[in-house]
Amino acid sequence: MKITQISVFLENRKGRLYDVCSLLGSQGVNIRALTVAETESFGVLRIVVDHSDVAIKLLRDNQFVANFTDVVAIEVPDKPGGLASILKVLSENDVNIEYMYGFVEKFSDKALLVMRFEDTDFAQQVLAKQHIRIVTEKDIEGL
Amino acid sequence: MIWKEKVECAAPADLKALQSEYLRKLIPYIYENCPVYRRKIDAAGVKPDQIKSIDDIQRLPVTTKEDMRDNYPYGLFSAPQDRIAEIHVSSGTTGNPTLVGYTKDDLHLWGDVMARAFCCAGAEPGDTIQIAYGYGLFTGGLGSHYGALEMGLRILPTSSGQTARQLKLMQDFKPKIIACTPSYALYMAEEAKTLGIDPAKGNWKIGVFGAEPWSDAMRHEIETIWNMLATDIYGLSEIIGPGVAQECYHKDGLHVFSDVFYPEILDPTTRERVPDGADGELVITTLTKQGIPLIRYGTRDIVSMRQEKCRCGRTSPRISKIKGRTDDMIVVRGINVFPSQIEHVLVGIEGTQPYYQIVVDRQAHKLDEVEVQVEVEQRFFSDEIKQLNVIRDKIRKEIENVLSIGVKVTLVEPKTIARSEGKAKRIVDKRKL
Repeated sequence: MKITQISVFLENRKGRLYDVCSLLGSQGVNIRALTVAETESFGVLRIVVDHSDVAIKLLRDNQFVANFTDVVAIEVPDKPGGLASILKVLSENDVNIEYMYGFVEKFSDKALLVMRFEDTDFAQQVLAKQHIRIVTEKDIEGL
Repeated sequence: MIWKEKVECAAPADLKALQSEYLRKLIPYIYENCPVYRRKIDAAGVKPDQIKSIDDIQRLPVTTKEDMRDNYPYGLFSAPQDRIAEIHVSSGTTGNPTLVGYTKDDLHLWGDVMARAFCCAGAEPGDTIQIAYGYGLFTGGLGSHYGALEMGLRILPTSSGQTARQLKLMQDFKPKIIACTPSYALYMAEEAKTLGIDPAKGNWKIGVFGAEPWSDAMRHEIETIWNMLATDIYGLSEIIGPGVAQECYHKDGLHVFSDVFYPEILDPTTRERVPDGADGELVITTLTKQGIPLIRYGTRDIVSMRQEKCRCGRTSPRISKIKGRTDDMIVVRGINVFPSQIEHVLVGIEGTQPYYQIVVDRQAHKLDEVEVQVEVEQRFFSDEIKQLNVIRDKIRKEIENVLSIGVKVTLVEPKTIARSEGKAKRIVDKRKL
């Protein structure tokens, strides 16, 4: 159960992140999770939103370069060692994480994490075997 | 001294007679040996035997950079390849480089005009010259070398780069003359200061600076900082390399060695001659070259030209410093850069579109820096930074391969590159020349 992440290319210029957020906000798109990876001259904004189809059209119509990426969102026990226990499973199964980041909100007492894997399908199988709860698109929309 | 006083100070009528004699021999030679030119001359409706005087040159067609490109590699040669002694290349507008070949006699001619240039700047036989133009396919190093050999200078063939060593050799061998790009002269001054060397006490007394456009303000800066005379040399590889024209110590225009490189100033649009002193495109005919003699070659450099005799005694016509270009070529660190070259690279890389801008900047006393801004495309955009860096590095490497200079590539958002009047502005030149 993959979920859809939107990646947006951003130059390192004042106000660009604001531009994206206000654009999405103006059309009622809610950002659930967000991270920015930055380099010397540009950044890549990665977001999970409630209505990704609406969001990507909006972004592209406004001259942003934006793509969909499949990611997996999981629940992580919100306690010391919670994340470690999941990383241990992934590591033992040779699953490589490209990057990960946390949710802005959560719907249980567990923390939510977005993970981008090299091999998304295999990663999902590994996680499912360990009965780690994977967040669905529906969950996201209902947040 | 004046190296070839007889021609450099010739009475105008004598010079014209000599030019006419050369042209009368040149046109049949080209017509006989170069099919490309034969077609061009036929198309212009001219018969070689109709060219009797240098004034008849106006009946002949012009030659353009496109002619060089379209007939790459050997189409414009009049001499067979087994008579070619040396080949040099410079950057072309797209894909293919501009190739020039010299017969042994052409190399002698090159040595002769470069000897005239060094004398014009104030060199005397027996002086020492440090040649810090790049040696190799670039014409600056070897052309200067042949001239220095011809006139009997003691040569330090340092080529470009390794600045600390350049400065040590300057101190150890006390060369009177330095030949390099003007921006490198300023760069070396800065390096000298960091090494505790006072440039004003440097050994160079005469600079022969060229291969890139520079202003009188820059000249003043170089002369002040190095306590030397800074002269301008002009040339282009298609004609011979450096050695087409050179300033004398009066610094009042560049003397064109017009007995062998016949200059005309044409209106870039109408191709008609402009009056003396008016700006136009410098068009040159190589009157005595054998390898690739060129008829009325459009240099794309905008200059003005005057005919009156100089205080130094030379009667040759003098051109101004380059005032502009008829195309969008820029010169960076002595290398010709055409936006079309970068476009060519981008079109060749899958996923990229030729939306780019070239920003050239020169920090005070530093070498020119080139930044190529490329708009990110939906197709090559990735959520992973490392993928974007792979694309960026690929673009950078391919551009560097084509241009032979280091560049910085920056990915920018689409539509951020200013599009003026429907046409993108390709070059932002921030250098204060």
